[in-house]
This record gives sequence, C-alpha cells and structure tokens, in this order.
Amino acid sequence: MSAPLSEVDVAATTSRAADTGPWRLAMRRLRRDRVAMVALTVLAVFVAAALFAPLVAPYPPNAQPDIVGLARVAPSWSHPFGTDIFSRDVLSRVIYGARISLGVATLAILLAMSAGTAWGAVAGYAGGATDAVMMRIIDALLSVPRILILLLVLGLWGNISLPMLVLVLGLTGWFGTSRLVRERVRALSKQDFTLAARAIGARDIRVLWRHVLPNALSPVIVAATLGIGNVIVLEAALSYLGIGVRPPHASWGNIIEDGADQIGSAWWIALFPGLAMLVTVIAFNLLGDALRDALDPRDERRP
Amino acid sequence: MNAEPLLIVRDLHTTFATDAGIARAVDGVSFTVARGETVGLVGESGCGKSVTALSLLRLIDGAGRIEAGSEIILEGRNLIALSEREMREVRGNRVAMIWQEPLSALNPVMTVGDQIGEVARVHAGASRREARAKAVEMLRLVGISAPEQRATEYPHQLSGGMRQRVVIAMALVMNPALLIADEPTTALDVTIQAQIIELLREVQQRMGMSVLLITHDLGVVAETASRVIVMYAGEVVEESPVREIFAAAHHPYTEGLLRAMPRVGATGGRLAVIPGSVPAPTNWPSGCRFRDRCPYAWERCEREHPPLYQIGAGHLSRCHLAVEPERRTHPHVPLAAATGAGAGR
Repeated sequence: MSAPLSEVDVAATTSRAADTGPWRLAMRRLRRDRVAMVALTVLAVFVAAALFAPLVAPYPPNAQPDIVGLARVAPSWSHPFGTDIFSRDVLSRVIYGARISLGVATLAILLAMSAGTAWGAVAGYAGGATDAVMMRIIDALLSVPRILILLLVLGLWGNISLPMLVLVLGLTGWFGTSRLVRERVRALSKQDFTLAARAIGARDIRVLWRHVLPNALSPVIVAATLGIGNVIVLEAALSYLGIGVRPPHASWGNIIEDGADQIGSAWWIALFPGLAMLVTVIAFNLLGDALRDALDPRDERRP
Repeated sequence: MNAEPLLIVRDLHTTFATDAGIARAVDGVSFTVARGETVGLVGESGCGKSVTALSLLRLIDGAGRIEAGSEIILEGRNLIALSEREMREVRGNRVAMIWQEPLSALNPVMTVGDQIGEVARVHAGASRREARAKAVEMLRLVGISAPEQRATEYPHQLSGGMRQRVVIAMALVMNPALLIADEPTTALDVTIQAQIIELLREVQQRMGMSVLLITHDLGVVAETASRVIVMYAGEVVEESPVREIFAAAHHPYTEGLLRAMPRVGATGGRLAVIPGSVPAPTNWPSGCRFRDRCPYAWERCEREHPPLYQIGAGHLSRCHLAVEPERRTHPHVPLAAATGAGAGR
C-alpha cells in the first residue's frame, strides 16, 4: 500500500533541509548581526576567563603576599588592575569574581526560567479556574518588591551559602516569566496545530511538551538573556550590601565594596570590577535584543 | 459489508456559553455514514458543520459542551459515553481529521516526518525509527516524491498542496474507519484543489474507509460523495442522494446554494446570492430558521418549526413545501432582501 498514487507537486519548492529548521534559521540570522557577534565574543572571553580562572589569573585570588608593602599598588605591568588594601591582585579577583557573578546569575536565571515556564505553561494550557487561581497568585507575588523579599530573606538568614543564594535569586525571579509563558501558551493552545495534535489522540502532556512549549520558547530565551544582566547587577548590589556573596568568595559586587571607601585614593579597586560588570551587562542586553530579532518569526528580512 | 452504519449521529446538540447567551451551534443533528461511503456535509460559514466535525472527535472544550442525550455511535460504541482515555484511543486511530488550513494545522517547529510518525508513536507504540519509516511510507502513499528527503523538512518549506498531502498522510497512518475532511481544499489553489480531491478519492477507494467531507462547495460534493447533508443554522435541512440534490433539490436553501455555484460557460448576469446571512446561534428564530431569506416563506413558516419531511427514497427536507407544494409557484422577495439586510440583490 505504498505505491505513489499520483505524482505531482514535485518541484514546488526546493530546499536544503539541513540548514532550514526554524532554530537554524534564527542562528543564521543571528550570525549576520554584527553587534550580536561582538557581544557574543565579549561574553565568550569572560566566560572562558571564568571557567579557566586558575590558568588565566596571574595570582591566587586571596593571596596576600605583603599586606604592608604591596597594598593599594596602582595598576602596573605586574598588577594590571592594581592591588587592594590586603595586597590582593585585583585582576585575579575580578577573574575569580566572574566565576561567582556569572555562575550565580546563570544558575539563578535558569532556575527562574524553568519555574516560570512550568507555572505559566500549566496555567495557560489548563485555562479556566486553574489559570485564574494560578495567575492571581502571580499578581500577588509581583506586587511585593523583589528587593524587599531579598533583603528580608538574606538579611535574616545570616551567612548564606552560594547554592542558597542561587535558590533565593532564582525563586524570586520567575513571576514575570510565568506571565509571558502563560500568554504564549494560551495563544498557542488556540492554534490549529494544537487542536490537530489532540485530534491524533496525543495526551495533554505530549501536546504541551512537543507542540506548545517548543513554540513558546523564543520569548523565554530572549527574557533569559535580557534578565541575566539584571541578576548580575542584583547580586552585585546584594554583595555590596554585604548580604549576597560573602568573603572570602570574590564577586564583582563585594570587590566593589572593598574598594568603595578607597575610591579617592585607590580608584582601581572598585573601577575594574565595575567595568567588568558594565561590559557584561551591556553585552547580554545587546545579545538579547539581537536574539529577539533573530527569533522573531515575522522578521522576513533576509530570510 | 456490515449492514449497521459505521457512524450514527443522533440528536447531537453542541452549545457554547457566550456573553450573548447560549449559542446552540449544533442543534439536534442526526445522520449516518455507512461503511466505505463518502458523505458530503454542506452549508455556509456558521451553519455548524465544523462544530459537528469537532464534536465527532469530542474536541469541544472551553466554553463549549456536547449536551446530554446526544449520541455519536461509531462501530457500535457511543463515543459520548467513553472516558477521555478511551476517546484518545479513537482520535487519530479510528477517526482522523483533515484540516482546512494545512499550514496552521502543522507544527512549525517540527519536521513533517516527525509529525506523521507521531501518530504511530501515539497509537502503535512505534519506536523513533519505526515512526520515521512509517512517515516515509505515508508520504510516498500520498504522492510526495523523495519522501526520505521531505520527511526531514519543516512545513514552511513545502508548498500548500504538499502540506495538505502531509496532513492527509497524518490522517491515514492508522488506517482509520472514518476520515473527516473539513474544507480540505478551501485554502488551496484551484489547480491543486482538483489534485487533492482526486487523492482523497483514490485513498478512499484503496483503503475503504468512510469519508465525511465538509465543504461549502457543492461542486466538490458532486465529484466525490454519494450522499449529501445540507446544514443550516445548526440543523440538517436537507439530506439526499447526491444525484438527486442536483436534479431536484427540495429545500429553498439548497436551491439557493445551487444557484450560487459558479458555472463554467455561464455568461452574463451576476452570480445569484442568498440574501441576508445566517441568524445568530444564540437566538435562532422560531418557526423555520430560513424563512427571512426564503422566497417562498408564508405564515406557517413563522408559526411552525418544520420537521424533516420524507420526500423521496433517502431524501429528507426540513421545509413545509413538502406538504404544501403549490406554494413554490409563488416566489416573492425574501424579507431579508426587502429590508436590505445582508447582501441583497
């Protein structure tokens, strides 16, 4: 029962299947975006430096070789970013700080996006009363300023471990995402292909996982990329306040705090971690904007 | 052949809760489809034919529901009484659907091979590899060349005609007993339409399934179906063997549909239209629902909701003309045209 019934429609379209999947198309569009490529390169350098910190950093981050003679040394060839009041090398601390700052932010955003996607997907797909209750909970959670929750939790907690910090940052950052996903899932649930998937007898979980979610993912990816900058800044702010990443761990925020009261005499201690943060956040934001364009299915420029 | 029809729909009521009240989109529809038969379900937009189709798969949700007392008996089982799990076994397996707009009926981020194979994965527990093999086999069956290559492509890479072939391939994977085709050619180019209709006919003959063909195009019905059911305002208004409907349509609505068909070779004059539009399903008129648009309507049509009169062998019509045929000789301007409502002449 597999002989062709009628041989038509053969040359209607020609295509190279290998590079025309929707994700590949988006990546191809992204590759053509020069700004995005610069941002990606910058981020790649930072991530590589963070990953290979022991190889890249000229000194151990917490070494205090000579707390009298080598403290607050201005930038020089041996210490490009200078040293802090304990004679620690600022460049090495910024590189190790990247590990913590990027790592904490990345894991927190992954957690937030997963939680937001799961919550929003269930609410949007279920609809009705379930949706109403779940979204009212989100409304309530969104009405509390995030910084207030963080100050309360972290302030009361005392000395918090890094995994707990990731958890707290992640679990306070998914409410907006859940709304975003819920809207997308609701719209997609009304589309014909969702109905078609149900009409072949697929279970709800399969329809949601295989048909709805893959089509809802683009805005989540964009939100994650744009959101990671916020988390980096937030973590830095908390560390600056002394309730985020605690010493001896170096994070960009607590290095800035180390240098804050030296800003008049030893400006380099606060400046370089600040610059590192600034460049990273800008790069993430530019990449996020570019991703939004690249993933936009309506974007028919140079398809 | 089994004498029992494959599908018996009895007194189907599907309603939707809307802001304007309860919309009785399908309001007491009954019909049968015999094994191996192709039945045309005809009517204009909003008459309830697509809701009927979705009701058969029990894919009415949200604000809609199938009212108690409705019966959809497929192969001897009342689908209304099945659990959701049992119903999933029916969907895509015993009853499959072909959609109006193939591009929107296909998942844009999934290869067509995966989408066809998914049916085998859902119903036959096929492995990834078996599913892929099945997809290729089905693509070949529906006349797509280089099926191995096509299976790896995404819907946006295919032409409209090929997409509809993919949708048909998906529907045929489990060799269903009933194929519901909801306006399968409406979204396609005219040249492709004929190919798709031909394909459906070949498939139907080869695999021997029953087809419920939903369309507003009587021409398509003439080519494919043996029987035709005309729906208007949530009801069946006429049912007849297909030849008879063209030779001797009884219901004035069917007459109007036939007159509104464009004909090759017809010259001069404008295409006839039926004045007015389908009334709102939240508020069907009392009496005959077609009376405002009907050139024969008289006071009985206002007073009395017409039953389905038997007017010949297998020919039913929901029109009082069945008992007062002399009224047909005195057509007048329909109320909807006289008051200028809708598209009058």
